[in-house]
Amino acid sequence: MRRFIESSITVFSWAAGLLLTLALLTLVGYLLKKGGSTLDVSLIFGDTAPLDALMLRRQVFDGLFPAIIGTLLLITGSMLIAIPVGIAAGIYMAEYCSGRIKSFFSLLFDILAGVPSIVVGLAGLSLTIFLHRYFSTQITTSLLISCLSLALLVLPYLIRTTQTALESIDPLIRRTAPALGASRLQNIVRVLLPNSISEIVGGIILATGRCAEDTAVIMLTGAVASAGLPRSIFNQYEALPFYIYYISSQYTGPEELARGYGAAILLILICAGLLLTALWMQRRLTTLLLYR
Amino acid sequence: MNRPHSLTEYIFLTAAVCSGLLTAAVFIFLLIFSLPLLENGQLTDLLLSSWAPDKGMYGIYPMLMASLTLACLSLSISFPISLGCSFVITALAPARLRRLLLSMVRLMTGIPTVVYSFAALFLLVPLMRNILGQGSGMCILTAAPVLALLIAPTMIIFFVNSFANVPRSATLAVDALGGSEIQKLLYVMIPQAWPGIINGVLLGFGRAMGDTMVSLMLAGNSVSPFNSLTQSARSLTAHIALVMAFDFDSMEFKSIFVCGLFLYIVTALLMLLLRMTTLYFSGKR
Repeated sequence: MRRFIESSITVFSWAAGLLLTLALLTLVGYLLKKGGSTLDVSLIFGDTAPLDALMLRRQVFDGLFPAIIGTLLLITGSMLIAIPVGIAAGIYMAEYCSGRIKSFFSLLFDILAGVPSIVVGLAGLSLTIFLHRYFSTQITTSLLISCLSLALLVLPYLIRTTQTALESIDPLIRRTAPALGASRLQNIVRVLLPNSISEIVGGIILATGRCAEDTAVIMLTGAVASAGLPRSIFNQYEALPFYIYYISSQYTGPEELARGYGAAILLILICAGLLLTALWMQRRLTTLLLYR
Repeated sequence: MNRPHSLTEYIFLTAAVCSGLLTAAVFIFLLIFSLPLLENGQLTDLLLSSWAPDKGMYGIYPMLMASLTLACLSLSISFPISLGCSFVITALAPARLRRLLLSMVRLMTGIPTVVYSFAALFLLVPLMRNILGQGSGMCILTAAPVLALLIAPTMIIFFVNSFANVPRSATLAVDALGGSEIQKLLYVMIPQAWPGIINGVLLGFGRAMGDTMVSLMLAGNSVSPFNSLTQSARSLTAHIALVMAFDFDSMEFKSIFVCGLFLYIVTALLMLLLRMTTLYFSGKR
């Protein structure tokens, strides 16, 4: 009987692995089959000459160019806000904080990491309403609000990666510089950070991927279907994930739908590319964790 | 000894405190905006009545049930599959295949949810429509497998990590006694690693409750209460995304902050539970 249970669990496990692989391959294969043929220059630039679009001389109306630029702006903006805060807070958590305060803070960051992205978007929206009511009626949902909300979304990831990267440094390395008379700060800046830089950068890239893919936050805080390129950070904008969502419910013909598939493939490529880079950078850490 | 001395060190402190305060600020914003509804309408009314804005009813009960049903259903699909996958990755497969599978699972965590839903919308929804023979094909039963696929990588990675943390002396002992890989998994690793498995399930549940795009695009978004899995339903997250269009002072709009507040509190409770199981089991061992 025991033997039977054991072997049936083995069979089931292999079946589960196979099922997962098949599900993934089906989804990606379907997207590639449907959208593979749309992948060319006109998918991005439409009828506009690529050079004109890149030099911002002419608007692109029937291509993904504004959405791609919007996504890039979003990523840049939110990472500019999140990286300094996240790394500084991560250093504090790993090097200065201890005891009860530390466990309280890490609970807070765990909660923040677990809060659904739509709730973060909702918080961004309520911030907008608040500012709109009490400061200036000019303030509406915009690129800036989205960047702030996305920064809040990825902040806990950045704090956590920095913290774990610093905490997993070999105690031997950690103690050498102070033994030679270096101050705590010198030790962090000159020894500990350089030693954990690949893990931290890996974490940053993962967070970037999270910014690029998130739809729920930006749909509440200023992404719209057709805005062209945003003129300033106080304007609404287009973004790839929102475009995909919009197309899925509002497409008017096969051409628009094909562009939706194209956008989905582009977004997968961006996210998978970012993830692979992060994995490559973090491989040392992962192998440490998984194959000891 | 741990006190900061220089300006830079104070900056580290400020960053940590600010990040902590932001977590609280999100809660406070949600609370302030949902106060009008919490004050005059009783909380139980809000949680237990249905959604009919034209009759002045802003209950979120149908959405609440939809969210819970979706999360539980997708978890019960995803859990056995994830556990099976983590078995394969931990022990059953040859080393090379293990690495390949693990990379695949990690790659899956990076696939945007909107892309999953987009593909499923044109692949799974027509299929469901044909099978059911009625309706649009968008229902709880369509969204649940996609959601299961979405939360699987989170759980698998968590399971694999907790198996990897089982002391090597224990697994080596099984090898020395001539036990097979599956025996090692079932009789040594699972008894040792099951707190980690519970935590993985809790996290998976949180992700399933919190996901917006899958239920928004695949579950059909009907506000009426559902009584079978083949009916269209609207989750809390999708509700937040959909009520957006109303004007900011309406009661409809205020009610979505109650949904947000509810999701926040569920998350906080899950994280507390996670913390408590970790503490409890680490103290016990």
